Amino acid sequence: MNSQNIVRSSATSTATPAPRIRDHQIEVAKLIDVTTCIGCKACQVACNEWNDLRGEVETNVGVYDNPRDLSPDSWTLMRFTEHEDESGRLEWLIRKDGCMHCEDPGCLKACPIPGAIVQYANGIVDFQSDLCVGCGYCVAGCPFNVPRISKQDNKAYKCTLCSDRLAVGQAPACAKTCPTGAISFGSKQEMQDLAATRVAELNERGFDQAGLYDPAGVGGTHVMYVLQHADDPERYAGLPKDPQISPLVSGWKDVLKPAAAVAGAVAVAGMAAHFIGVGPNVTDEDDHPEGAQAPRPAQRPDAGPDDRAPEPQRHAAE
Amino acid sequence: MSRKSDQILRTKFAERLCHWMIVLCFFLAATSGLSWFFPTFSWLSAFLGTPQMARLLHPFLGIAVFVGLCFMFVRFVKYNLPARSDLIWFRNIRGVLMNRHDQPLQIGKYNAGQKILFWAIMGAILVLLVSGLIMWRAYFAEFFSIPVLRMAILAHSVAGIGLILLIVGHIYLAIWVRGSISGMVTGYVSRAWARQHHDRWAAEIEARETTQGVRK
Ligand code: HEM
Ligand code: SF4
Repeated sequence: MNSQNIVRSSATSTATPAPRIRDHQIEVAKLIDVTTCIGCKACQVACNEWNDLRGEVETNVGVYDNPRDLSPDSWTLMRFTEHEDESGRLEWLIRKDGCMHCEDPGCLKACPIPGAIVQYANGIVDFQSDLCVGCGYCVAGCPFNVPRISKQDNKAYKCTLCSDRLAVGQAPACAKTCPTGAISFGSKQEMQDLAATRVAELNERGFDQAGLYDPAGVGGTHVMYVLQHADDPERYAGLPKDPQISPLVSGWKDVLKPAAAVAGAVAVAGMAAHFIGVGPNVTDEDDHPEGAQAPRPAQRPDAGPDDRAPEPQRHAAE
Repeated sequence: MSRKSDQILRTKFAERLCHWMIVLCFFLAATSGLSWFFPTFSWLSAFLGTPQMARLLHPFLGIAVFVGLCFMFVRFVKYNLPARSDLIWFRNIRGVLMNRHDQPLQIGKYNAGQKILFWAIMGAILVLLVSGLIMWRAYFAEFFSIPVLRMAILAHSVAGIGLILLIVGHIYLAIWVRGSISGMVTGYVSRAWARQHHDRWAAEIEARETTQGVRK
């Protein structure tokens, strides 16, 4: 992807923005229809295939989740939940997890390295791994627990929404592969319209709480879900109901940072004013029982550069 | 005594060595920390080479500062316990800052302001150590939940900025009070300096010298 359409760049003042002249772009989105997903994991395979990722083969722990969690080399995975409602009806819920490509990304806000996390004009949030230092702040900043730091090279990784495929007009690998059509890709507007159609269908079939998951707390996302139970997203392996950037993270970046800058400036100005006002605090070496006979520090052969003899100064008492 | 008779040993060799080791490690830890806190100053990480190298080394430098401060704590805590006479210094703080030395303030080895600095540094390094270990991605962060990590990062930034501000003030006062930097380099201060800035301490030293007959 070219780098002249960056609408947000980590640790970069808005006064010195990243190159963004080529920003006449349509915002894109991926729509994951949880109600159509069969959990076949074709998308996981396609992701590893396209991105040249080969994670460690893990052991089966008695559930379908495999691998068990997102990792530096597993950028998407199916999370399976067996949910029993009040009437005892069992539901098998399958959610494809991965980066949500937030409109207001917590990872980017937390990142301390200029330009290591960027958002393109089409809405994709991308890690610039050559700049990454591996501090892990993105892990703390993300409201969805997505980024993972590699033990191998100490860098953060996550889904790129196939920004490299998009650059040449291709849809993300997972969307291209999905055999049931549960993953759609297009402009954000198209995906919202598609979701509305699907939600109406679901409503008709008795899922009156069906809806689109496009959480406003993070400004909406560029990966959205159609959920049968949009009133209770937590049911889908803990999808947060009202995700937003933690107040601890915004307090750190939006309150502490400017406050510290002001405190530092006031401290330096105060010290300068004090020094200009009262001058150095010198010791009058003559004001001494041994008086002038005492050797001056400057005459000591080992005196340091700061050990100059003080300016002659007379006390009123003398 | 090899030193001239108008000089008093104020800081011993091991203590001075420790102090300047801490200065070096603190400088590198603080500049790399600031490079992440204020991205406009991201060039400050260049003291450690690359941003990646700064990230790698910062926690080890922080631990070195902590270890150095442990030694200082053991050596200096007895001079930094609050004393009733500290109140005199507080009452005369204006005169102290205005460079007036006409009144004896019964100041011991360290004045009340230095004592506050001592305890604030010790408190800050403890917060930095605990929060820094929690947020240390390479070794420990994986054992903590994300809400705990967020609190640790915030606490680390608050304590880091606080400590840096304290140390900036400490450096200024060292520059302002002539003779104190050479005191920390050579270990020796003049008797006049001691009487001017730490009158009770100077009197104690001199009393000890007379009873022990050290002074020629
Ligand atoms: C006591 C041992 C310390 C440990 C274990 C430690 C560890 C860390 C870690 C792990 C980070 C995150 C970046 C990284 O992975 O390197 C960090 C950031 C930082 N550290 Fe430390 N540190 C320590 C002491 C200090 C000291 C002495 C200072 C200087 C006052 C300091 C100031 C900072 C600052 C300002 C940040 C950046 C915080 C931000 O971006 O908001 N730390 N430290
Ligand atoms: S889901 Fe997490 S990693 Fe993805 S854009 Fe949002 S904050 Fe960043």
